[in-house]
Amino acid sequence: MSTSAAGRTSTAGRTSTAGSTSTAGSTSTAGNTSTAGNTSAARLRYVLRIADLSLVLGQRLGEWVGHAPALEEDLGLANIALDLLGQARLLLAYGAELEGRGRSEDDLAFLRAPDEYLNPTLVEQPNGDFAQTIVRQVLIDAFQLALFEGLATSRDERLAGVAGKAVKETRYHLRYSADWLIRLGDGTEESHTRAQAALERLWPHTRELFEEDALDSDMAAAGIAPRLADLRAGWSAEIGRILAEATLQRPAERYHRWAGKRGEHGEHLGYLLAEMQWMQRTYPGARW
Amino acid sequence: MDAAHLSGRALVSTGAVLLERGRIETAWAVLARVEDPEIPVLSVLDLGLIRALEETGAGALRVAVSPTYTGCPATEVIRARVDAALTRAGLGPVEVYTVLAPAWSTDWITAEGRSKLTAYGIAPPTPHGSVVICPRCRSSDTELLSAFGSTPCKALHRCRACLEPFECFKCL
Repeated sequence: MSTSAAGRTSTAGRTSTAGSTSTAGSTSTAGNTSTAGNTSAARLRYVLRIADLSLVLGQRLGEWVGHAPALEEDLGLANIALDLLGQARLLLAYGAELEGRGRSEDDLAFLRAPDEYLNPTLVEQPNGDFAQTIVRQVLIDAFQLALFEGLATSRDERLAGVAGKAVKETRYHLRYSADWLIRLGDGTEESHTRAQAALERLWPHTRELFEEDALDSDMAAAGIAPRLADLRAGWSAEIGRILAEATLQRPAERYHRWAGKRGEHGEHLGYLLAEMQWMQRTYPGARW
Repeated sequence: MDAAHLSGRALVSTGAVLLERGRIETAWAVLARVEDPEIPVLSVLDLGLIRALEETGAGALRVAVSPTYTGCPATEVIRARVDAALTRAGLGPVEVYTVLAPAWSTDWITAEGRSKLTAYGIAPPTPHGSVVICPRCRSSDTELLSAFGSTPCKALHRCRACLEPFECFKCL
């Protein structure tokens, strides 16, 4: 996300679709009040959930650049990060239009506080070792694939357009991450142990992905988003297939207290945003 | 940035052609010479990136451009090049806009584009799991080295026959 020409290069030109014009009056209520009704404030909040998932995960993967175990993996993780950043830009630009307060995609990326970020906590978890990065990637790639497949037929044309492109890229990401998880799980004793440990550590964070709240229900009822409950079976089957081939055990379900998509995060997101937002926080409005 | 392939001479002739052929047809001819920044042997037409070209009631030339990969940095350069080339050819005012749906597919690369890729040393896209032919020696005895390459659109392969590494356009 370059701070430079971002405004000019937004995806403007696509005739603004439903929602952006309809209920512009309800601007500032984007908080955690009732999300009843398909207002643009509600839709903004939903778009931020998807956008922030891509942005935060892209930022995490970017941390591997120059540090990955091999050049091929450096390239792979950086390329996936780039795709995610591209998704985030399109979605945040749309979010800025829905908000209608003159903020840009960059403002939304660089000037929101941690509790305004609505990504699931899974994607903000630290990279850890390579096994932890790969486990996180498999779990979220499979989720994003199911989500984008559902969104590709959304009644919101903008979301459908972004998702239609992203679904192809995400399928490629999952092929890469699943291939690695199978190699790690079905590899040496050391790699198997590390992969299983990462799976145990990250698994509780997957619950949130499928927990449907009022906003999710509203979006599904309006034909804008797929039902999260409907995505779960496909995700679970895909993950099960990969874990079986990787000779890894599916962890038991455990209690999970975080709700990143409602803005309740663990400690890690603050550090991530501090690094990502440093330039704009230190030199407000800086451009190059 | 695109001045190199639109010399003064070409501009004059383009201008002359404009009178005979009309604005849209001339614009297609200009776009056929706008290079992709990452793979300069391919034009934006070879890549299938131009989805629509029309004149608006207000007299502007509207160009719909489809991005390849969502995060590809070349997308912005391509938009700027298209705008500059058409303006330079006297076809402005120009409005370049992005279309996401339907999503760009490597199936939209033209037959000419595919043969240009091969001649340039990049294997054209083939469906996942199918054999990738070495663009140098035409051997089918090749292997994937890295699923990701130097740009978002390419993967890295190696030929076991001639032992040369080569890039392959990812199938999307």
